[in-house]
Amino acid sequence: MLPRRFELHRPTTMAEALNLLAGFGDEAAPYAGGTELLVALKARVLHYGHIVDLKRVPGLRGVREMADGGLAIGALSTHHELADDALIRARLPAYAELSGNVANIRVRVAGTLGGNLCFAEPHADPATLLCALGAQLRLAGPTGERVLPMREFVLGEFTTAREEGELLLCIEVPARPAGERAAYRAFGHLERPAAGVAVAAVPEGRGWSWCIWVGAVSGRPVRLEEVEAAARGLSGGEAVQAIEHKAALAAASLEVHDDIHGSADYKRHLVSVLARRAAEACLR
Amino acid sequence: MNEHPVIEIALKLNGEAASASVEPRELLIDVLRNRFGLTGTKRSCDVEVCGACTVLVDGLPVSSCTTLAADADGHEVLTIEGLSKDGELDPVQRAFVEHGAMQCGYCTPGMVLAVKSLLAVEPHPSEETVRHYLRGNICRCTGYVKIIEAVMDLARRKEK
Ligand SMILES: Cc1cc2nc3c(=O)[nH]c(=O)nc-3n(C[C@H](O)[C@H](O)[C@H](O)COP(=O)(O)OP(=O)(O)OC[C@H]3O[C@@H](n4cnc5c(N)ncnc54)[C@H](O)[C@@H]3O)c2cc1C
Ligand code: FES
Ligand code: FES
Repeated sequence: MLPRRFELHRPTTMAEALNLLAGFGDEAAPYAGGTELLVALKARVLHYGHIVDLKRVPGLRGVREMADGGLAIGALSTHHELADDALIRARLPAYAELSGNVANIRVRVAGTLGGNLCFAEPHADPATLLCALGAQLRLAGPTGERVLPMREFVLGEFTTAREEGELLLCIEVPARPAGERAAYRAFGHLERPAAGVAVAAVPEGRGWSWCIWVGAVSGRPVRLEEVEAAARGLSGGEAVQAIEHKAALAAASLEVHDDIHGSADYKRHLVSVLARRAAEACLR
Repeated sequence: MNEHPVIEIALKLNGEAASASVEPRELLIDVLRNRFGLTGTKRSCDVEVCGACTVLVDGLPVSSCTTLAADADGHEVLTIEGLSKDGELDPVQRAFVEHGAMQCGYCTPGMVLAVKSLLAVEPHPSEETVRHYLRGNICRCTGYVKIIEAVMDLARRKEK
């Protein structure tokens, strides 16, 4: 189906893009890969008179190393590019793996990381792992730039802290702590994940200190602090057991609803299974 | 003033220069089928799930059902019609025929183009890689076995 009529703007500088967005206000939407936006425009659940294509704005694509050794990922980098990117594969192999498993090849080729985060569809993968990795988002607006932790960016289903007229520039992932291992595991029988769990483990004493986030089951990624605390300092096998057990208890108190991805019970079960699998993958 | 001006696009379509005036909202699949008569590109799900509408843009598969025609401006688009050379089927097409990797054929143009793009960067993929890559190309008829056999036959061939 055709979308309703709109005007397509193709700015070639950041200033021009921000001016267009400021000028048209809520009648304009930024447009990147279109894998979410075009589907919604075609179904006519969304309409904007002005679509501002970001693909010709320079500097929004690709991965570069920051001064502190972390990585800055341009918001317009596609899932396909990131899955293949040499820096991401070397420094954030768990993210490269996640990126290669998003959706299908066509969505990965067109869809961008920035579009994924800004749309904030809960049944998505990147936000969960980026929360566990302590990523920060750099936004540009009419009054300048600001940086916001990923953990504070998604407010709920399809809702973010991004202000009207702001653009996401890049996703900054800080340098990783020595010896850190990370993994993301997701499952679903539809295109999108029913549940996803991200786990990061840093050596501490004779065991590990853990960071565990759950995504897709609720409106926004959720941190499982009680599970982290229960597994802290335990040896590998004991930690994995504690994580599976405590994740099942923690999942019981998450706000989860029955939907086409599965019943609430089923998704809670997935959380503990995926937490175990991700923890095992970290220790492998 | 026209509130929604048309956009002139210039692209390389199946190896040859092509141009069109398109409305901003027009989808690549409709321009390919209705303006250029390239009806090998099929629409089915219309939401990027099935792959029937797959075309290659700069060598990579996209869902033409959910791509603006305006975004093809300045790029190379390959449809199933552009694959055979001088009346000779492409090796991917030939493998599909030899292995009987189709029944109704509706998914076939998209399948063949997806395989073409995979083999261009990875001539000898594992079966796991092939299955992963084709996850978004749905076939209602074949049960996939013959499709995978056709691709693995190509994957095992020595480079010429
Ligand atoms: C069939 C299908 C399967 C999918 N499966 C998965 C999956 O398994 N896992 C997963 O995580 N996701 C999945 N997705 C979602 C997909 O990852 C995202 O659609 C994609 O990354 C969105 O990026 P985009 O560039 O296409 O965004 P667009 O559609 O271009 O934009 C999405 C939204 O973000 C805004 N926006 C875009 N870029 C910016 C920016 N730089 N600054 C500010 N606002 C911006 C737009 O205004 C719009 O509101 C799936 C989608 C489809 C259609
Ligand atoms: S018709 Fe485009 S992916 Fe199904
Ligand atoms: S051969 Fe009929 S859909 Fe694949």
